[in-house]
Amino acid sequence: MLNLFLCVLQRDLLLAMRRRSDVFVSLSFFIMVVMLFPLGVGPEPEQLKNIAAGILWVAALLSSTLALNRIFAADYADGTLEQMMLAPEPISIMVLAKVLAHWLVTGLPLVLLSPLLALQFGLPGEAIGVLFFSLLVGTPVLSLIGAIGAALTLGLRGGGVLVSILVLPLTIPVLIFGAGAVSASVSGMEVAGHLQLLGGLLAGSLALTPWVIGAGLRISVE
Amino acid sequence: MQTPATAVLQGRALACTRGERTLFDGLDLDLQGGEALRIGGDNGAGKTTLLRILCGLSTPNAGTVSWGGVAIGTMREDFCRQLTYIGHLSGIKDDLSACENLLLSLRLTGKTIERKAAYSALAQMGLDEQADLPTRVLSQGQKKRVALTRLLFSDPTPLWILDEPFAALDQAAQQQLTAIMNRHLDDNGMLIYSTHQEITLSAKNTITLMLREPC
Repeated sequence: MLNLFLCVLQRDLLLAMRRRSDVFVSLSFFIMVVMLFPLGVGPEPEQLKNIAAGILWVAALLSSTLALNRIFAADYADGTLEQMMLAPEPISIMVLAKVLAHWLVTGLPLVLLSPLLALQFGLPGEAIGVLFFSLLVGTPVLSLIGAIGAALTLGLRGGGVLVSILVLPLTIPVLIFGAGAVSASVSGMEVAGHLQLLGGLLAGSLALTPWVIGAGLRISVE
Repeated sequence: MQTPATAVLQGRALACTRGERTLFDGLDLDLQGGEALRIGGDNGAGKTTLLRILCGLSTPNAGTVSWGGVAIGTMREDFCRQLTYIGHLSGIKDDLSACENLLLSLRLTGKTIERKAAYSALAQMGLDEQADLPTRVLSQGQKKRVALTRLLFSDPTPLWILDEPFAALDQAAQQQLTAIMNRHLDDNGMLIYSTHQEITLSAKNTITLMLREPC
């Protein structure tokens, strides 16, 4: 079981290394959106500090949906997904490995870069820490929930837009608690509650979504 | 390799419709060790659909497929361990080399082989010079050969399901594939394949199933 997990993970990371340009698309989108806001809203430090949490989180949300339809699309098109579905192990293991690989390639770079971008909004040090941590816990949830949409829209025309429409409403709780934690930290309130709820969302989606994604893939492959 | 006596693939009353069209209805089939089942029929007659139903990727509208008397839907993982399926799409990654493709596709089924073994298998299939090239530069037929190289390692899976294995292959490769299939059948393996070509296999019993446009 672990063997299959590692095999799929290794394979997907190797493929991502061969196609590095794909990795940079969502990261540059994230940087670009975040950069544009101070230019559009104006340079008042107090105002920027107040909207920073929302902007960084919404940008992270949008750039993670941008890459979603790549999780399964290429494997579906060349038939490797069929082979994976016929592997003699539970489909959810394969799904979990693929989502983890996708997060490592598109989610983690964004998390690592976020403190740097937060500086631009003049966030205090403590709030930057909270932002980093909330994104670290929250972006995997976005990938897991997003993969459900990606699995269901596999092989459809215009699937990319459809995924966003399907998935974005489901990610609202993550946005609320993620951005809420950072805002609370900026205004000097307790952040533990928000982060615990985010952790709960991660644990819940880790346990439940692989089965849902697996079922979605079965429907799409058929 | 010994196939247990119970390991028999059985299809009962299989039916499949696509849209308004009935592809097949009330289809029964049985397959035992050493037997080959050839599925023929016109384009669009439902060959691929039937093969996908038999390996459990699609579900039939009616009827059951069972392996050793147990419906395959209830024993997916055990059934997949018995099965090698090479579909219409080759399952070859364009960005990986032929050797990497072979190693990874085998690892997916739980088999780990040495790199050296992979190279010699690819050489056997006439791909010794292409083993390290990314498969996107290979021709259609060469890609197919990369996919088929898996068959050299696929014992002890008793059941092979191959969708149009001879398509895009040249004369020499076709003969080689026939030899591989014969070896599998001599080892008491089961083979289901679809093709438009006439091929003589050494099977104890070759069943031909022609899918026809239903009236």
